[in-house]
Parts: sequence; C-alpha cells; structure tokens
Amino acid sequence: MAPTNDVGFLESVAHRIRTLIIDTAHAAGAGHTGGSLSEVEILTALYFSFLNIDPNRPEWEERDRFILSKGHASLGYYVALALRGYFPVESLKTFDREDSALQAHPDMHKCKGVDYSTGSLGQGLSIGLGMALGRLKKNLQFRTVVLLGDGECQEGQVWEAAMFAGSKRIPKLIAIVDYNKVQLSNTIDANLSLEPFAIKWEAFGWDVLSVDGHNIAALLSMLSRADKIAEQGPVVIIANTIKGKGVSFMEGKYEWHGKAPNDQEYTAAQKELRSR
Amino acid sequence: MKLGEEIAQRTAFGQALVELGAEIPNMLVLDADVGPSTQTQLFGRTYPDRFIEVGIAEQNMVGIAAGLSTLGFIPWISTFAVFMTKRAGDQIRNSIAHPRANVKINGAYGGLPTGRGGATHSAVEDVAVMRAMPGMIVMDPADPREAVACARLAMDIKGPVYLRTVRCPVPVIFPENHKVELGKAVKLHEGKDVAIISSGMMTPRACKAVEILEGQGVSAKLLHMPTIKPIDVEAICDAAESIGAILTVENHSIIGGLGGAVCEITAEYAPCRIKRLGFPDIFLESGDDEVLFSRYNLDIAGIVAAAKVLAERRNDVH
Repeated sequence: MAPTNDVGFLESVAHRIRTLIIDTAHAAGAGHTGGSLSEVEILTALYFSFLNIDPNRPEWEERDRFILSKGHASLGYYVALALRGYFPVESLKTFDREDSALQAHPDMHKCKGVDYSTGSLGQGLSIGLGMALGRLKKNLQFRTVVLLGDGECQEGQVWEAAMFAGSKRIPKLIAIVDYNKVQLSNTIDANLSLEPFAIKWEAFGWDVLSVDGHNIAALLSMLSRADKIAEQGPVVIIANTIKGKGVSFMEGKYEWHGKAPNDQEYTAAQKELRSR
Repeated sequence: MKLGEEIAQRTAFGQALVELGAEIPNMLVLDADVGPSTQTQLFGRTYPDRFIEVGIAEQNMVGIAAGLSTLGFIPWISTFAVFMTKRAGDQIRNSIAHPRANVKINGAYGGLPTGRGGATHSAVEDVAVMRAMPGMIVMDPADPREAVACARLAMDIKGPVYLRTVRCPVPVIFPENHKVELGKAVKLHEGKDVAIISSGMMTPRACKAVEILEGQGVSAKLLHMPTIKPIDVEAICDAAESIGAILTVENHSIIGGLGGAVCEITAEYAPCRIKRLGFPDIFLESGDDEVLFSRYNLDIAGIVAAAKVLAERRNDVH
C-alpha cells in the first residue's frame, strides 16, 4: 500500500480501521475504545499519507519516527500498523492476550513498527525530543511525530519537554494532540482544563495549528503546513476530535475510555458503522 | 590516584566520563543543572557538543536520553540520586528500564554526604528503589578508583545501569589494576569469627575496622560488594555457612539495600545471624557528615563494636 493523498481512499481506510477497532475490542473484551476511535483519522493521515516509512524495513535509519504517547490507545495504533502491512490483520485477534506481540500498551520489542514503548502518560514528547536531537547530531533528515492525548497534557513532563523544544527551537518535531475533551473519569474541563491551550503552546515557543481531527483533507493540508514550519522549530497540531467517534452511543462519553463493547453493544455499533 | 589518597568520587567519576568520552565518540552526558556538583561539568567543558544541559527537569532528561539511545548514542544522565530515583523514578522505569534503553544513570550524592543538604537531599533509599526495578543493574563503588572502573564497566554493558556515587572524599583503597565484575564480591580480608559485607564508601572504613578487630583478637572476613544487583549469592552463602554471622554495612537505609539483599539470600539459602548497619527508617538531617554517620554506628568505632557483638553471639541458638 503506497502513501497517497486520495482523500476518498483514505476515508475508506479510516472506516476500515474504525470497524476493526470495534471488532478487536469486542473479541478481546478489552481495549481503550473511546480514545482509539478519536485518533483514527489522525493515524490514517499519518500512516497512509504523511509518514516516510517502509513496513518491510521497520529499522530503516531514515524512517520518520512516530510515538504514541497516549499508549493506552494502542488498539487504534495496532489496527493502523496491521493495515499498513507491519503484521497480518489476523494478529489483531491476539490483542491483549497472553504472549501476544500486541500488549495492552505498545512494546517496541514485541510489536513490529512500534518506535518506542509507551504507556505511562506524559513521557512520549520527551522521547520524541530525544530522537529529534539525535537526528540533528547524526545529520539525518527524518521527522519525529508524537501523538499526545489531551488528558496527558495535565502531566508536568509534557511541559518540560515543550519548554526545551520550544526554547531551543528543535526542528522536525511535530506534536499532535488528540483533543477529544474527555479523559478517564470525566471531561477534561471538569477535571482540569487545558485552556487556553493554544496560547500555552505558543508561550512555550511552539508554532500552533488547529484542525478538525476527523477531516482527512484538512489533516493532510495541516500536516503539510506543519512539515514546512517544522524546518525552523517545533510545531503542535491541536486536532479537535470526538472521543468514541463514529459510534453514537460512545461519542463524548468518558464511560467508554477504557471499555470494550459487550455483544449487544457490538451489534449496535456494527450496524451503525455499516450504515455509513 | 595514589593508594590512601582522599578523592571525592564525584571528581573521579567526572574525570572518568572525560576519559571514556575520548574513547567512545557516541557517548553523551546529560545533566539537570547540577553539573558543578556531580562534576559532569568536566565532560561538558571538554565536549560541549556532546553535553546536554536540560535545566531543572529530570523527567524530561530521562525521556531525551531514551530517545537518543534509539539512534545509537549511549547517554549518561546525571543528577542527585534522591531526585533521579524518585522524581524521575517512573520515567526511569517506563522509558528506560522496561524498553531496555542503553542509558547509564548516575545517582550522585548517594546516601548521607550531601554537603549538609539534610533530609530532602539525602538519598537513603535509592539503592532499594533501583534494585527493585526489573533488569536494572545497581553499582555502589567503594573508592574513587572503583567508581572509574564501574563507569567503564557500565559502558561495556548493553542496557540500563544505575551507578551511585558519593560527594565526600573517600580514600583510594584499590590498586591501579583493580577490576569490577558484575555480581562478584571483592574479598578484602579473610577471617573466621564474623563476616562483614560492605558496599560503597563504607568499605574503606570497614577495612580499617577489620584491622582494629584483628588487634583485639577478633578475626573478621571482609567482603566488598561493588554490584548490589546482580549480587554475589555464592560469596554470601559461603560466608553464612562457614562463619554463621554477617554484619552488613552501607551508606543507605537498612531497608532494601545491601543489608536487605543479604537477608533475602541468607533467609532463603543459608540462614545465619545478621546485623544490618545503615540508616533506620528515618529521614536524615543536615549537619556534619561524620557526626551524623556516628549516630548510626557507621563510623569505624561503630563497625568494630557491632562486629564484636555479632562475633560473640554467633553461636547462640536463633
């Protein structure tokens, strides 16, 4: 599957990822469904268009790096990696099972295509920053993309990394925030608001872009803009998304943060996704 | 570096980094605003392009090092042990230990000597924390020469290593050709009445204690343990079985460090009488290093007294 800018095709990929997320979560009886559904278009735009990668050479030195800092949304990540050709779609049946390469949180030593292990929130941006610094030292050309959850931006370490990258104007580092406004126990605003979010990133020395995180065409154009700006310094794309996107009874509900659909919910979700 | 000369481990470690940096071009050093204290500033001055000052942001430092390690760099991260192992403890666990990142960790200002820093700056539990971390190698060198040897050994190991250093001057006790082996105790004295097992800066004073004991008719075996993990199980069991009484001496809490490790092993494989010298379950306070050490019997006289009591009681039924 070659990278493409064909929006219609990418939308069909996104739909397939969404369907497989629901299938896999239901079969496993596990998974972070809500945050996996909100990142679908972002992962589609990255893995099927933007990222310079080769599934046959996962260790290629000049590949673009991707870090899923919100490691709990591994389900969406694994589906995207499988469809992109890193491992068979069939493997998704082992998700979250004993001895599986597809651990609850991504493990770089177990799962092909995972550039770094994540799971404890707030740590991915620092790791991506380290990669971007290493790239500079080795005079390589790859880009580093870090996908952050909105909830994890409540972690202080995110802002330590943001301060360093912004202050030193580290190039070729792109952060994307899956701003679905909902965390494990409640909405972001009810627990601890991030606002004024864009202003915070700007104050830390980042260029800030904002996009509808479910609009593939908009995501592609924003990634291309970010890529140009990132030649000079770090860029963050605040992607406005909906937690549980695509399944009406999951949308915007914190109850679906870490839950898999039961048989009845699965049938209803499938029916809704098929009708699109 | 001459035998008996008193040198701060941090200085020896800082100089070792400069030496290693000359041999290993992909080695980097990161510090969190305490380079003049940890002496990583020596490396920073020599190799400014290979030194990264991250500011007072230990968690970010750990993550940056993890990312750098994926590109074949071997980063040393360095700050005070107390902050390294707790402030950035989760980052070390999840960004370095679990991914088996090839990052070397220097916990400076280990234990009590912190330049009168007191409770907040004294790492009394860093060895316990790091020892419990799956796969982590933990080193606590005795003297400046061994600190250098440990830094060198850490570079030969592929994967995370925690190297603890202390702030205060420590006498050189090892000869120039001293080598450290992972999980191997260094036998410094043979004896039959009591076995002393020490680590870190307590070993030079345990050497002195053994001499005094000998003069008082107590024959003490002395084992120094440069790596707390892996630890020399065989040497510990041999001491337990042949002597039956072990005194552990460490610049650390008696919970979870060298004493804890020796108890775990003897309890399981070779039960014997044990006394742990170290800090009880307390926070330390500011003051003179030696005055404070003596409160916990971590001076030469304290070690001698504890060893004598143990030697006398070793045949008691327990």
